[in-house]
Amino acid sequence: MALFSSLSERLNHIFSKMTKHGKLTALEIKEAMREIRVALLEADVNFSVAKDFIAKVSELAVGEEILKSLTPTQQVIKIVRDNLIELMGGENQKLNVSPKPPTVIMMCGLQGSGKTTMCGKLALKLKKEGKKPLLVACDIYRPAAIDQLKVLGKSIQIDVFERGTQNPVKTCKEAVAYAEKFSLDTVIIDTAGRLQIDEKLMQELKEIKRAINPTEILLVIDAMIGQEAVAVSTAFNDALDVSGVVLTKIDGDTRGGAALSIRSVIGKPIKFVGVGEKLTDIEPFYPDRMASRILGMGDVLTLIDKAQEAMDEKTAKEMERKFKENSFDLNDYIEQVNSLKKMGGLKSVLSMMPGISGKLKQIEDQIDEKKLERNKAIIQSMTPKERANPDIINGSRRQRIAKGAGVEVSDVNLLIKQFNQSKEMMKMMKNPKAYGGKMAMIRKLMGN
Amino acid sequence: MGIFKRFFDKLKYTFKRTELNDDFYDELESILVSSDMGVEQALDIMDELRITCKKKLIKDTENAQNELKQILIDRLDAEEVEFNYPLIITVVGVNGVGKTTSIAKMTKFFQNKKKSVLLAAGDTFRAAATEQLSNWADKLKVKIVKQGEGADSASVVFDAITSMKAKNYDVLIVDTAGRLHTKTNLMKELEKINNIVNREYPEAQKLNLIVLDASIGQNSIAQVKAFKDTVNIDGIVLTKLDGTAKGGVVYPIINELQVPIIFTGFGEKVDDLDVFDKTSFVEKILM
Repeated sequence: MALFSSLSERLNHIFSKMTKHGKLTALEIKEAMREIRVALLEADVNFSVAKDFIAKVSELAVGEEILKSLTPTQQVIKIVRDNLIELMGGENQKLNVSPKPPTVIMMCGLQGSGKTTMCGKLALKLKKEGKKPLLVACDIYRPAAIDQLKVLGKSIQIDVFERGTQNPVKTCKEAVAYAEKFSLDTVIIDTAGRLQIDEKLMQELKEIKRAINPTEILLVIDAMIGQEAVAVSTAFNDALDVSGVVLTKIDGDTRGGAALSIRSVIGKPIKFVGVGEKLTDIEPFYPDRMASRILGMGDVLTLIDKAQEAMDEKTAKEMERKFKENSFDLNDYIEQVNSLKKMGGLKSVLSMMPGISGKLKQIEDQIDEKKLERNKAIIQSMTPKERANPDIINGSRRQRIAKGAGVEVSDVNLLIKQFNQSKEMMKMMKNPKAYGGKMAMIRKLMGN
Repeated sequence: MGIFKRFFDKLKYTFKRTELNDDFYDELESILVSSDMGVEQALDIMDELRITCKKKLIKDTENAQNELKQILIDRLDAEEVEFNYPLIITVVGVNGVGKTTSIAKMTKFFQNKKKSVLLAAGDTFRAAATEQLSNWADKLKVKIVKQGEGADSASVVFDAITSMKAKNYDVLIVDTAGRLHTKTNLMKELEKINNIVNREYPEAQKLNLIVLDASIGQNSIAQVKAFKDTVNIDGIVLTKLDGTAKGGVVYPIINELQVPIIFTGFGEKVDDLDVFDKTSFVEKILM
């Protein structure tokens, strides 16, 4: 997997040979764009879409002043990223609501794109927002698809309307009438998955549309889709004039270039993304985050969002000061563990870091979230005085702490040792020269 | 529609050109990359074609096309997999690639070979997954071993193997929960299933087959890699080839990971499964 670092490195390489700053030249742009094109294609952006995009961005970039604050590499990536964001729709777009209830949402897409699960997620989300949704099971082809929706509906206490394998057009009409009768304000229709070249089944969708005139027709697409994204979205849009797109399975490690392909070919907004297996795992689509992801830059923005939620600014500033003055104590350590937990745990944080997501599996075994919890228990068994000044923790104090936390004395020893080591590390980072320069420092850290 | 039309016009004219110039190779690249094989493979294949054409003094597009076809076929070479019985096939893959349907098709395939087949409903995770497989089992008139939703999949597999041994079934096909390959806990469950299969029936042939959706892009490589890190992967079932997707992503997979394609799926009916045929696969890419 090509990571952001590798794209930056390749671009740096190009510019190091040529640029004396000033303006970006046509030749430099051409070479840089070649790398960007590869990055886009590796992210599954459609071949033709990538080509058009590169042509457009090249034009914009030639002659552009290099901002003083940026290197040429950063400058080019910024131009590319800004344009990706713009192309994918700028701001996030909300769901349309019908002035006269019920709002009817029709979900369609290929087999296996995750429609049924997404219907459940959307229903739960709307229910939480105070709506009264009704789920309608119209997949009469896949064995047990209706059962699947019924099980989902039951788990979130939302009614599922079904008429077995009756003609879906008829079922939809009856469902809308049912919703009107019982004052349910939102109807979500789960249609069967189908290939865009299956004329008979595409006709069925058109008939459903004509019969009930949905407020929203959402095309559900697997974020991992490849070059096909263009053919699929074009065909569905030609047949149904869809109102938006939902990208599913974005919780994997796909770069999701499909988002760009779909958006630039059919010009319809991506409204939601599916981010996990649980029914609460649905989020609005953020073009800026997607742009970073396509370029392999990691989901830093989501990470920043989560960090802001977990830690208020004042605490963060205080923490920074303590790091600088090296007055970081065990109380602060607990604070850190708590914020980390609020952000979804260490694994979730790491998975959003640029350059790490692909390697997460390898380092996962080394992360032990339980150990963090155990350390927390140990620290909580200390007196405030001990936490602020761990040096006073002698043998008998250690025994008392171990007992209080339900661990061995050796665990307490280990924690204090690790804490002292990290303090040492912080000292070194502040002044690498005093420790024989950066390399010596790295060697020392590796040896530990 | 602009992009689309241009794209097809290109395909049509690429091999009508007579000269092997840069335009020819540019358009060739678009055909190869559009099959989802990735830029690196595409460029590598084009290099090979250039060298071959030079060596064989080929100067016209028609002969170049034949060479290209041969290169594409040769690159699909992988060790062939033979079926020996008793046989236990564990079917893995991410969500929505068509695992359950592929199991139904494979069941029919072995029934056609006059083998007795038993199914194990190891997907205890997704809502109604067991019902879906049970429906197929009824249609195909085969027995299925199952427990309730949320049951331990390894224990379903254990029951199935016990039953297989007692009643001398030739083939056991195990369905597993779809999982994104980045979910470590579910991958561990797979490891457990694998251990049970190995422990309980050491003398049977075991195959772990990964189901890949032809319409998925470069992520399929990551999928195979991740599953391969957890359990041995013996082959690929490539599904949804009845659409316009070409499934070219198998090139880097075969090349880098040496996992052969065993079956291809091209529809929703039980007969829509073929043993992998290199030539027709390549012809679809060049179509």
